[in-house]
Amino acid sequence: MIEAEDIPERREHRATLRRLLRHRLFVSGLFLFGIVAVVAALAPFITDVDPNRLSMRNKFLAPGGNWVFGTDGFGRSLWSRVVWGAQLSMIIGASVVALNAIFGTLIGAAAGYFRRLDTMLMRVNDALMAFPAILLAIAVTSVLGPSTLNVILALSIVYIPRTARIVRSSVIVLREMEYVQAAVAAGAGHWRILRHHILPNAMAPMIVQLSFLFAYAVLSEATLSFLGVGAVPPTPTWGNIMSEGRDFMREAPWIITIPGIALMVTVMGLNLLGDGLRDVLDPRLRIQQ
Amino acid sequence: MTQPLLEAEGLEKHFEVGGGGFFGLTPAVKLRAVDDVSLSIMPGETLGLVGESGCGKSTLGRLLLRLIEPSAGKIRFDGQDITTLGRGAMRAVRRGMQIVFQDPYGALNPRMTVEDIVAEPLVIHGKPSGEATRREVRAMLDRVGLPARAMERFPHEFSGGQRQRIGIARALILKPRLIVCDEAVSALDVSVQAQIVNLLQDLQREMGLTYLFIAHDLSVVRHISDRVAVMYLGRVVEVAAKQAIYGAPLHPYTKGLIAAVPASHPSLRSRGRRVRIAGDIPSAINPPSGCRFHTRCPHVMPVCRERAPALLETAPGHQVACHLTEIPPG
Repeated sequence: MIEAEDIPERREHRATLRRLLRHRLFVSGLFLFGIVAVVAALAPFITDVDPNRLSMRNKFLAPGGNWVFGTDGFGRSLWSRVVWGAQLSMIIGASVVALNAIFGTLIGAAAGYFRRLDTMLMRVNDALMAFPAILLAIAVTSVLGPSTLNVILALSIVYIPRTARIVRSSVIVLREMEYVQAAVAAGAGHWRILRHHILPNAMAPMIVQLSFLFAYAVLSEATLSFLGVGAVPPTPTWGNIMSEGRDFMREAPWIITIPGIALMVTVMGLNLLGDGLRDVLDPRLRIQQ
Repeated sequence: MTQPLLEAEGLEKHFEVGGGGFFGLTPAVKLRAVDDVSLSIMPGETLGLVGESGCGKSTLGRLLLRLIEPSAGKIRFDGQDITTLGRGAMRAVRRGMQIVFQDPYGALNPRMTVEDIVAEPLVIHGKPSGEATRREVRAMLDRVGLPARAMERFPHEFSGGQRQRIGIARALILKPRLIVCDEAVSALDVSVQAQIVNLLQDLQREMGLTYLFIAHDLSVVRHISDRVAVMYLGRVVEVAAKQAIYGAPLHPYTKGLIAAVPASHPSLRSRGRRVRIAGDIPSAINPPSGCRFHTRCPHVMPVCRERAPALLETAPGHQVACHLTEIPPG
C-alpha cells in the first residue's frame, strides 16, 4: 500500500533530476561548485602542511615545485590555506543558507498568508533591509565581535529579511490561486493549505534564491574577513588571505590571485547552478521538455 | 412550495480600497462589489447569473460559498443559516456545496497528481488515502470522461477541456448538492464548451445537482439555465425564468444585453427598435446615485437619479428593479 503511494512521487523527483542533469548551465555550475565542495570536504587529506605553520625560510615562494600554490609572506603554504579557507567558506555558506531556509520561510509564509501579521513583520523586515547588506553585516560583527559563528549570525540577520520577502511575495500570489480557493471550498485548514498548496509551489523561487544566497554568503564572508571584521587572523579564510596578500600584490601576486580565483569559481558555479535550478524548477516550463 | 437550497438575503460585500498611507491618514475608499443582493436557488434547478465583467457576479458566487466573508446579509443553505458558522461547522456544510472555476490552468495545483487533486476533498473530510479512495477517484474520473491512467499524471499534461473535467471531478467527489460554476466554460473553445456544458447537464440529471451558473456568455446561459438573474454593478436588476428573460425582458439593461447577442441569421434579428446601451460600466467605488443604471439607461427619469428601485415581483416568478415597472404606466 505504502509502495503504491510512493511511486508517482519518486518518479516525479527522478524526472526533475534528469532534466537538471540535461541542463548545461546547471551541470557546469554543479561541476565548478562540486570541485570546491569536494576540495573543502577533503581538506585534511589533501593538505600535508598546517595552514598556520610559519616557515620564514620559505616566504614568498612562487607556485610550483614543493609548494603547489607557493607561500605567503610568513612562509605558510598557500595551498593549505586556500583549501582550509574553502572549507570555512562552505561551512559559512551552508549555515547561512540553512538558517535562511528555516527562518526566511517561516517569516515569509506567516507574513504572506496571515494578513494580520504582515504589517508588523514586514516593517521590521524593511528596517533591516534599509541598511546596505555589507554595512549591516559589519555593524553586527562589530557588536558581536569577530568570529566565524558571529559571521554566520551577521550574514543571516542581513539575508533572512530578503529571503522572507521573496517567500512572502510568492505566498501572496499563491494564496489567491484558484486551487487554493478550491481547497478552502473543500474545507481545508490553514496548515493543509500552506503545506500542500502554497509552500510546495513557493519552493522553486526559494531554492533558486538560496543557491544565489550561498554565493552572496561566500562573497560577503570574504569581504568581511578582507575588511578585518570576519574570522580572526590567522584563521585561513579567503578574505584573510587576500587581505594579507594585498600589500604584496606586485611582488607576490599569487597570494591575492589564487584565493580570488577560488572565490570567483565558487560564486560563478553557484550562480550557474542557480540559473539551472530556476529554469528547471519552474513547473510552467516543464511542458516544453 | 419547497424550500430553497440556497438563499441570500441582503448580501453585501464591500472592499476597502487604498487607504493607509504613511501614518494611516489616507482614508480608505469603499468598493461595493455586491450590494444588497437577495436571491434564492431551488433544489435541482440551474440559476444563470449574468452581467458585464466587474459587476460582482464572481464575488457573489464566492460569497455564497463563504470563500470570502460577507460584509452584511445572510446566507442560508438548506434552511440553515451559515453566515456566521465557525470553521469546523462550516467544513461540514462545505460537503454540500462546491465550486468549479473559470481558469483551467490556475484551478489545479501544478505539483499534485490528478489523483491527489481529486482525492483531496475526501482526505479533508476524513477518508484515509488507500485503495478505497483510489477506487472512488477512478470512478469519478470515469464519470467525467477521463481514463484511469490520468490519475498519476500532472495537470500540465492535460488540455483545457480535460483540466476542466478534473476540476469538475474534484467538485463532485464529495457528492455535493450545489455547484457554483464560476465562468466554468468561458475560457474554453466553443466545441469544448459544448462538451463541458453537456457533461454538466448529464451530471445534473444523474446526481440531482443544483447549479449557480455564472457566465457572461448569454447563449450558454440560455442553453443551461432554468432561471436567470441579471446583475449590474453589484445589484440584481432582474430575475425570471429563462423564457421571460430572453423573450420578454423588462429591465432596460436586460433588454440591452439580450439585444446585443448576435443572431445566428440576419432574418432572425428582432425587428423592433434595438435597445443599445452606450458607454462603460461606472466604477463600483463611486456608484451612481439612485438606480445605478441611470447613467446609461435610455428611459431615464428624474426619480431614477434620486431613489434606487426595489427588486419587486411584477409577475409570478419575475422580479425587476426598475422605476418603469414600479410606477404604473400612465
